[in-house]
Amino acid sequence: MSDATLAVTFAGPHVSVQDGGRPGLMRYGVPCSGPMDRLAFAAANLALGNAAHAPAIEISMGGLMLECQSGVVSYAVAGGGFIVDHAGTKRSSWSVATLRAGEKLAIRPGHWGSWCYLALAGTLAVPEWLGSASTHALSGFGGGRLVSGQRMQIADAGGRERREGDIPCPLQARPRGELRVTMGPQQRFFHPDTITAFLSGPWTMTSAWDRMGVRLRGPAIAPQAELDMPSEPIVRGSVQVAGDGVATVLLADHQTTGGYPKIATVLDCDLDAFVQLRPGDPVLFRAVTPAGAIGIARTAAIGASAYLEAIVKGRG
Amino acid sequence: MCAVARGRVFPVFSAIAEHSLLVEFGETIAPEIHDRVLRLDKALSEVPFEGLIETVPAYAAILIHFDPLVADHVAAEAAARQLLDRGTARTARPRLHEVPVCYDDDLAPDLALVAEAARLSPEEVIAAHLAGHYEVFLYGFAPGYAYLAGVPEVLRMPRKPAAVRGIPAGSVLIAGQQCLVSTITMPTGWWVIGRSAARILTDDSARPFLFDVGDEVRFRRVTRAEYEREAGR
Repeated sequence: MSDATLAVTFAGPHVSVQDGGRPGLMRYGVPCSGPMDRLAFAAANLALGNAAHAPAIEISMGGLMLECQSGVVSYAVAGGGFIVDHAGTKRSSWSVATLRAGEKLAIRPGHWGSWCYLALAGTLAVPEWLGSASTHALSGFGGGRLVSGQRMQIADAGGRERREGDIPCPLQARPRGELRVTMGPQQRFFHPDTITAFLSGPWTMTSAWDRMGVRLRGPAIAPQAELDMPSEPIVRGSVQVAGDGVATVLLADHQTTGGYPKIATVLDCDLDAFVQLRPGDPVLFRAVTPAGAIGIARTAAIGASAYLEAIVKGRG
Repeated sequence: MCAVARGRVFPVFSAIAEHSLLVEFGETIAPEIHDRVLRLDKALSEVPFEGLIETVPAYAAILIHFDPLVADHVAAEAAARQLLDRGTARTARPRLHEVPVCYDDDLAPDLALVAEAARLSPEEVIAAHLAGHYEVFLYGFAPGYAYLAGVPEVLRMPRKPAAVRGIPAGSVLIAGQQCLVSTITMPTGWWVIGRSAARILTDDSARPFLFDVGDEVRFRRVTRAEYEREAGR
């Protein structure tokens, strides 16, 4: 075990360090942040033998290129159908391999998916903010965005050759366009016909996206009442509608309060797969009851734990 | 106690996704409504139900966030109903913070516009701002954005029609009855009337945010030299 040094030869926009996030601070204006696709992130870390929430690198469709300058470090790539080019040999994401001094690693978007995770065998030496290395996009606090030209140190880096090979890509990691929602909490601002239009669609993802949220294109669903509500808490998954009728789904780095009405809220357990959609992909909202939402979330949690446990056992 | 507005009987409980419950006590920014929010916030922190993750108090509503594997909306609502209007919202003595502000022209790009709209001189605007008694109503929007209620009537301005980009951290902003000191560079549609070197994000892990909700704030005028010294600290 020794240190490894990676040089960032290219980093696209929205490539940043994330970990399990910083929950419990919404009352101070701080969203949880953390990975956009939490399941793929945990899979990458666990496949390598790391803690599920260890700091790792979130890669957007902008892509990332690294060069190992010294040391040996195994890595895992999970999330989306990205293309991994390791010293000239191409593989798909969802695999573990080992990078050695002098070798180059390029990760770029492939056939599907918007977010991909690179976990490293060792400890990423990155700054923390409020106990977490997750990068908060608006402020840049936390581990930080990756920029071309920077170097990254991995402490206690090592080869974990025994873990090399494919990571299973489960069905629930595929992009999901059918989103389960609970209606409201501000559906009173919308005419019943507008609610029907919201649930009928069709909606599509637009290219106006970042870690704070994604704008959708679809039917006109402008609020009818005067927008005079005091700012209220927002959650990851809130479907906020501005005065002009544009719908935005709030995501990992969402603002914590806002004065625009929320017509519905996407179930949290649907968000990891939702963010893997790409601009132009269709989206449909399906209303469920609160009790239904609880049942769906519990079933999803059982599926996710079983998948992650299998990764740990298979390589333990 | 229940209040009614537009046919809604408060408190209103709304389920949000699989993990939260929103409890609304009204639809306006008013001390008696905010007081009920803070009382429930305090009661839930003292008597948390199983599965409670966090609560987020706002002006007229509080978000109760729970673990859906442990609790559900029914349990959260039952716990909240039991605690409604219990105890007091206030700590016996809220802390008073003195926040230094420099009102020099280049740090206060909207001071002249606010003066014009209020039919006052810039010095009178500064005096009015300094005379206000402010209370931390909530944190919202972005890290450390503490919304202070208490801007004197004469300085209450609607927001600008469009946000201005790149307003630096430490800007003292006003809109309506609210004032805030920004913590990161952001676009804003509020009016920039000064700059403060106060560290609201404290870098102290034991107490990372300067204010608690309910604390009182007064502004104190400082010279450019004092501001520079504080800011460069």
